[in-house]
Amino acid sequence: MRRSVRIKDHWSEQRLFIGRILFAAIAATLLLLVVGGRLFLLQVLKHDYYVDLSQGNRVRLEPLPPDRGLMYDRHGTVIAENTPAYTLELTPEQVADVPDTLRRLAAIGLLEQEQVPALERLIRSGRKFEAVPLRLSLSDSDIATFAVRQFEFPGVEIQTRLARWYPYGDAGVHALGYVAAISEDDLKHIDRDQYAGSAVIGKIGLEGTYEPELHGNAGFRQVLVNAQGRRVDRLGGGTVKLETRQPRAGNDLFLGLDMRIQKVAEEALAGRRGAVVAIEPDSGNIVALVSVPTFDPNKFTRGISGREYAALRDDLDRPLFDRALRGAYPPGSTIKPLMALAGLQYGAIDPNATRFCRGYFTLPGSSRPYHDWKKEGHGMVDMRKAIQTSCDVYFYALADVLGIDRIHDALTKLGMGKLTGIDVGGELPGLVPSSEWKQLKYKQAWFPGETVSVGIGQGYLLVTPLQLAHAAAILAGHGKNFRPRLVTAVRDAATGAVRKLPPVEEPRIELKDEHSWDIVVEGMERVTEAGGTASAIAQGASYKIAAKTGTAQVFSLGQNEKYVAKNVAERLRDHALFIAFAPADAPKLAVAVLVENGGHGGSAAGPVARRIFDAFLLGKFDAAPAAVLKVE
Amino acid sequence: MLYEDGEYSTTRRTLTASAVLLRRLHLDGPLLAALAAVAAFGLFVLYSATGENFAQWLRQVEYLVLALVTLVALAQVPPAWLRRVSPLLYALGIVLLVVVAVHGTVGKGAQRWLTVGPVRFQPSEIMKLAVPMMCAWYLHERPLPPTLRDVLVLLAIVAVPAALIAKQPDLGTALLVASAGILVLFLAGMSVVVILAGVAALGAAVPVAWHFMHDYQRQRVLTFLDPAQDPLGAGYHSIQSQIAIGSGGVFGKGWMNGSQAQLEFLPERSTDFIFAVIGEELGLLGQLFLLGLYLTVIGRALYLASETQDTYGRLVCGSFALTFFVYAFVNSGMVSGILPVVGVPLPLVSYGGTAMVTLLASFGVLMSLNRHRKLVGA
Repeated sequence: MRRSVRIKDHWSEQRLFIGRILFAAIAATLLLLVVGGRLFLLQVLKHDYYVDLSQGNRVRLEPLPPDRGLMYDRHGTVIAENTPAYTLELTPEQVADVPDTLRRLAAIGLLEQEQVPALERLIRSGRKFEAVPLRLSLSDSDIATFAVRQFEFPGVEIQTRLARWYPYGDAGVHALGYVAAISEDDLKHIDRDQYAGSAVIGKIGLEGTYEPELHGNAGFRQVLVNAQGRRVDRLGGGTVKLETRQPRAGNDLFLGLDMRIQKVAEEALAGRRGAVVAIEPDSGNIVALVSVPTFDPNKFTRGISGREYAALRDDLDRPLFDRALRGAYPPGSTIKPLMALAGLQYGAIDPNATRFCRGYFTLPGSSRPYHDWKKEGHGMVDMRKAIQTSCDVYFYALADVLGIDRIHDALTKLGMGKLTGIDVGGELPGLVPSSEWKQLKYKQAWFPGETVSVGIGQGYLLVTPLQLAHAAAILAGHGKNFRPRLVTAVRDAATGAVRKLPPVEEPRIELKDEHSWDIVVEGMERVTEAGGTASAIAQGASYKIAAKTGTAQVFSLGQNEKYVAKNVAERLRDHALFIAFAPADAPKLAVAVLVENGGHGGSAAGPVARRIFDAFLLGKFDAAPAAVLKVE
Repeated sequence: MLYEDGEYSTTRRTLTASAVLLRRLHLDGPLLAALAAVAAFGLFVLYSATGENFAQWLRQVEYLVLALVTLVALAQVPPAWLRRVSPLLYALGIVLLVVVAVHGTVGKGAQRWLTVGPVRFQPSEIMKLAVPMMCAWYLHERPLPPTLRDVLVLLAIVAVPAALIAKQPDLGTALLVASAGILVLFLAGMSVVVILAGVAALGAAVPVAWHFMHDYQRQRVLTFLDPAQDPLGAGYHSIQSQIAIGSGGVFGKGWMNGSQAQLEFLPERSTDFIFAVIGEELGLLGQLFLLGLYLTVIGRALYLASETQDTYGRLVCGSFALTFFVYAFVNSGMVSGILPVVGVPLPLVSYGGTAMVTLLASFGVLMSLNRHRKLVGA
């Protein structure tokens, strides 16, 4: 009904329509004004805020790692350098699934399966936008393997970096140390900005201790990146000013080490376990610092595999162990010159007075015999002869007269039982016992019998080969005491200026009677003469050697048992020790040699010292000069 | 006054000749000029927004030519034919939408393309024209304002295709199709009370809809309210486009110098988010200039609509003019962060042939309806 009433009224319809059109036009204008207002807010009021955001979006800092400082030996031969190597690197923020990527890299043989968990942890603890090296050195075939599959691994790239290279391989590795991939642990105590582009860090030896000198300062380069984080060269048609700060290379180290002498010493000890330290008495410069067996540090710089590392770690001969600085051994008879000095210092003995050695010593009021190494005894001995023949009975008696606490004070003064302060980390202090020490450690009083053992370098007394060499140098210098050191100069990478480090002279060791040095040194000179315990090693030498042999028990015998080398398992045989300096009248080099389970000091350790002296003093090398390794 | 200096001024002769040509072709000069200005500005921006991809830019030029040809062609069609063909077009559109739902090609995760021989097209685009034309056809003979019954019928006419399109899913197009239909209702004089009631009902539906939404849909809504919640996911577009606009400032960083756009921080820089490129490279001034051009187009189109004599023509013209506004508003609102992210292109500027052809086709229809009038009293 109603519909039929309504008819189209064109006039009113048009009016209605125009009303609506006007309304719509006004609404549209207002709404577009709202958009305009929003734009005003973004572009005018909050402009600065968004400029910062867009700047952060496109400019990224790319670290420029510094070139690591080089090391030279005393003749200017490069002993640690940098050579180009291909590394496999992963940038976490560009990888969607890191565990999966690592797993797939392991599946094609570019990583070892057992490395994957450690790498995952390392990647997690680093920064998202910084590349993490997965492999430090890729072979040609690795590169080929990866190249054909690169598209499967977004965010993983091959980079060229400078990698550490030790041209002499395993020679001097315990002194030089090595660099290796930065570990999760390292990340906790380094300035990450300085290591942003670096793949490795010095771990031990000079590489570790001199890390701040060698590393240098990282630079950076601002790079333009797109939303995927990929570097782009330009921005549309425009240009952007980008900043670059060049890195400052690490400083070069000059060492007192002589790589040829080092090789002579290592070859002389080849196949044994032992240590050699050779020091110049007038400066403390270390000429050779040997611990054998050794290992090839290049394996570490190029990324050592878990298997290879485990093999080194678990080797019974402990190649990773630095015997020279960290091996604490009973010094055996090499302690006797120092005991003699102590006796003279305290006026406990007249050096010229003779004493009868009948082959054993007993403490007053005791019947327990302390045997001499020579069963039948040395007969009448004075101090010089006691040193020359290494008479135990003479030093048993001397030690008993001195008492442990005076021995402790004297030996400590001569550098035993404390760190020498060598400029490379890791040395251990050894042990010089005292009654106080025993009370603290064992809650027991000191027994006089224990002093007797210390008199011949046994018992609780433990020293490192470095301490022995240092003591030999002090004897050679008649009390002049230089702190042992490896680095003699540092070259500033920026200016090229060489900064010579003056030798560190410690207070001279003053004796009540300066003549005491001559007495002891005379005794040591007589060791290499006829009738001395090392007369054989001086044969044919054109210079005079002052020395002392030592043979230290590893295995305690029962009181009346006799030590028979062939009956004792190889590793329980006596350690052979030897300290010496030459030429005796104007010493140029002091040496300590240790051969683990080597038997007698004079025959096992002495010849090593002789070869070192011949090489250093006369330039006489038995073997061909050390071959330099080519980069693999 | 301007042409006082002579009857034979070449300028005047040219202008006169143009006016004659435009009239013969049933074209509106001012509207065509405004549209051409928008398209030219769009091509200028697009060259930079595609990262100097000349091939892509050239394709857009081809689309523009095709769209202009479509406009001119449609302007020649007599209005009565257009009206009569409206229900057929609508029916065809519905059929094709059903076909595409069953057989369509999937593109970018949505099923919206139909391939016929060498031609690939989106049936949903037909609906942008067909729905308002169908609504106007329905109302043409009826007295206005529409009765409630008419309103319900029309809502059904709008809802069926809109739902089919929304299911593809293509929310942006569904929104445009629905708004084109509803705008017809509005222009037809639908009671303000009904409109308000509808808005209130929608408001009431929000909590209910929330209840029935999937988690990911709720997430989208939350992300719109606070893009920073999900800066790398759904909020990424919004944040990056606001950074682009905000860092542009009043004058912009310069053409082809927008770091956000050129370094691809800005997603969909040549399509849906091209408005942000304008903001970054040409600044507030560039964006306001474009919005001004849009207002000119809308204003002229609305004026033409108001001049149109029959009900069908008026409703279709008005709806097309306002749909153009909806495009511009929804896109610029979404890019500047006051509206949620829906796939609506910036009219005549965003890269893409489909929207370009559909838009200019609608203006072709508009001109036909307006320019074929019986010259009463002229």
